[in-house]
Amino acid sequence: MNAGFFSQYGGEIATLTIEHLWLTGAAMAFATAIAVPTGVWLVHSPRWAEPVIGLANILQTIPSLAMFGFLLPLPWLGERAARIAIVALSAYALLPILRNTYAGIRSIDHSIIEVARAMGLTDGQRLFKVELPLAAPFILAGLRTATVTAIGIATIAAAVGAGGLGELIFRGVASVDNRLVLAGAIPAALLALAADAALGLLERWFKVPAS
Amino acid sequence: MSAAIEFRDLCFATGQGQLLLDSISLSVEEGTTVVILGRSGSGKTTLLRTVNRMVQPTSGEILLCGRRIGDFDLIRLRRNMGYVIQETGLFPHFTVERNVGLVLEAEGRTLQDRTRRSHELLEAAGLDPGSFATRYPHQLSGGQRQRVGLARALAADPDFLLMDEPFGALDPLTRAEMQEMLRGLLRRLKKTVLLVTHDLDEALYLADRIVLLSEGKLLASLEPKEFLASRLPLIEDYMRAFHRGWHNVAPETWPQGRGV
Repeated sequence: MNAGFFSQYGGEIATLTIEHLWLTGAAMAFATAIAVPTGVWLVHSPRWAEPVIGLANILQTIPSLAMFGFLLPLPWLGERAARIAIVALSAYALLPILRNTYAGIRSIDHSIIEVARAMGLTDGQRLFKVELPLAAPFILAGLRTATVTAIGIATIAAAVGAGGLGELIFRGVASVDNRLVLAGAIPAALLALAADAALGLLERWFKVPAS
Repeated sequence: MSAAIEFRDLCFATGQGQLLLDSISLSVEEGTTVVILGRSGSGKTTLLRTVNRMVQPTSGEILLCGRRIGDFDLIRLRRNMGYVIQETGLFPHFTVERNVGLVLEAEGRTLQDRTRRSHELLEAAGLDPGSFATRYPHQLSGGQRQRVGLARALAADPDFLLMDEPFGALDPLTRAEMQEMLRGLLRRLKKTVLLVTHDLDEALYLADRIVLLSEGKLLASLEPKEFLASRLPLIEDYMRAFHRGWHNVAPETWPQGRGV
């Protein structure tokens, strides 16, 4: 790779990186909005925990290319490739966030929950002031795993025309141009590393020392 | 005048049919401290937890100032009952000050109001707000944590205090200091207190009345002096267990008529 390559592809790499970030970010926001409330609900309805977490587990096992293929013919969703990518990436992110939310709240010391109830906090106050803050390091660890995985899987979304850094990789493979493959793969790897580090920091920030 | 707390024929059985409370009837006068004494598994904690509706009795009823507890709004009822437990249950992600003021925060009181009240209570519990208010629970010793737990229980100025073996995990000297502090505080504040313990000395030191439970049954409800003079076999057992070391080392100073 030389200066000529960058002057030719630099702008495109930047645009596709932003697109990649948007796809992954939107999917993570979407998955968090579904998985965290579901995890909270499972804590209060534990008999549903096994089937619901099992379902999220099954979603995780579907090969990513097949998942994009399944979603393609669906109405509304199939009209824009980015929608397919966001839904598929969200589906993969559900399990780690859901499982960690559930495990995180359940791991809180029983005496803390007992006192929160006995001192007259409402269910909402208990959830937002006690349970979610104390489970936050677990939830963030789930989000971290989900994000790093999603950044990788998002490269495959280019196969259905959703854009992102995968586009450079697919083009590089088709034209047997390793420079293009690397131009897609390196920024994707750097994005994953940066997300891992940033969420790791956030996770540590929320960690509460044991008393 | 109706009692502050009245238990009427209260029973509680587990889902497996095990009877943990067996027809408990008891009156607690306003502003008094009633200590519930008994062995582990005697039903002490279950009885305490029926008062703030953490446990729903199978039958019987509890009246607060003549009104059935089921008629009170649950949140209001619990906010009017300070709750202190052995494990303290301090919120590890909050500072001492925020722990103490959390009930007030839940009630929507201003930060200034909460800060003033928590500092006032920390001082009453024997902690200097200047050096303790901004600490976190993990930076405190066991005794200091219990003091914060007590301050927190008093934050909303409740009429009732429910305490479940609050000093059970402390060393004897710290426990004695805490008991002394609590006794002074209760004399001043005139709360109606239910305190669960298996420590006879604690019961004698703090109680206006001692209630003895065994296998879910109420065996005795006596003033401390009557309790000491009682010849009830279980009370005798308590006395023997409590003073065994003393009798062993200096039997000549052992009170007349008490066998070991």
